Amino acid sequence: MSTLSLTSAFILLLKRDLVLAYRRRAELVNPLLFFVLVTAMFPLGIGNDPKLIQAVGPGVIWVAALLAALLSLDTMFRSDFDDGTLEQFMLSAHPISVLVLAKILAHWMITGLPLFIAAPLLAMMLNVPTDAIPTLMLTLVLGTPVLSLIGSVGVALTVGLRRGGVILSLLVLPLYVPVLIFATDAVKTSIVGIPTSAHISILAAMLIGSLVLAPLATAASLRISLS
Amino acid sequence: MTSPLSDTATFEAKDLECIRDDRVLFSRLCFTVNPGEALVLEGRNGSGKTSLLRILCGIRLPESGQLLWKGEDIFRLGPEYHEHTAYLGHKDGSKQDLTPLENLRVARGFGKAKEGITLEEALDQVGLYGFEDVPTRNMSAGQQRRLAIARLLVTDAKFWILDEPFTSLDRKGIEHMERLFEAHLQSGGMAAMTTHHRIGFKEAVKLVRINLSEL
Repeated sequence: MSTLSLTSAFILLLKRDLVLAYRRRAELVNPLLFFVLVTAMFPLGIGNDPKLIQAVGPGVIWVAALLAALLSLDTMFRSDFDDGTLEQFMLSAHPISVLVLAKILAHWMITGLPLFIAAPLLAMMLNVPTDAIPTLMLTLVLGTPVLSLIGSVGVALTVGLRRGGVILSLLVLPLYVPVLIFATDAVKTSIVGIPTSAHISILAAMLIGSLVLAPLATAASLRISLS
Repeated sequence: MTSPLSDTATFEAKDLECIRDDRVLFSRLCFTVNPGEALVLEGRNGSGKTSLLRILCGIRLPESGQLLWKGEDIFRLGPEYHEHTAYLGHKDGSKQDLTPLENLRVARGFGKAKEGITLEEALDQVGLYGFEDVPTRNMSAGQQRRLAIARLLVTDAKFWILDEPFTSLDRKGIEHMERLFEAHLQSGGMAAMTTHHRIGFKEAVKLVRINLSEL
């Protein structure tokens, strides 16, 4: 006669999603592969001028990361919706927003974390100065969770639709723009050698804001999508 | 069709109305469910049985009306209500890539865990002994349905909401599941269910029948 504590329910769901992702490894590499390929294509397309590549480098990395995140968003609730486990979440004895947060964290660990690990290598390939790479990493570690968090609201709203893909992009991309602007600008600023603490603070504020609000909005959206 | 309303009803529905695609499926529907009772919904296809069950478990909002669990609104109770309910819908709610054991562990973690029954025992009770570690996707439709029913056994939920629980079960399986449901009701549990199968409960169980086509 005991209800699992909220923390253990959170860990249980997180573990479940990671195990599921591991059992579908082929899908796991998709966003990472997309990220690496898009970034690798850019120097081939714009020529071998090191100055030019350095100028577009941070932007390319961030746009590719953003699109990779967008591509992988739909998987967040899709399979749970299709096989009925999402209904079971909604009827669980725990607050839905906390369970949603576990799913978002799992999604970030599956899609955002590999990008974060691959990013320094790609940054070197794009001639981003070594001094600016820590800033790039910092923007990624603050920014990619925001992408997953904001994305989860959009996915939750569109999961009940047959073809929600286009609407999802239209819903979510405008909200991604501020992250893109501040993150790329932070890297560019650090290449020039100016302190970037203002950019980083704003990114951190975005992360905290979305961390607090997105799970609540996602839980409400899921309720609408299922009813 | 309406049993006398009393203050002590464990579950009470008042004046429910459900509209789907501009069609009124039912309105001013009232009933109560008390421990040991099963609500059996009947009616032709499209008469709103599934919609009503989804309203009862709080996934879907009724157009109007009230749902009370021990006198309190279920939408206000939220998770506190859900720890008393278990829902078995059209979809089994099991992950194809997990084993039955892993599926049950997650199901138990989401609800209020029942003491005195291990996950293996629950699988054994639904006739899935020996299938603990087979990926769910490799099991037949009937076996997957049995797994979904095992989910009901591992939580302490009192109110079982079952939408066509006997789908794809073989004849023996249906009889066996009826015994399980009966045992649940006799131990003070409650149920709301739809089924096209004639239920062979013994008389000890009180069935409240509502035919949605005849309202």
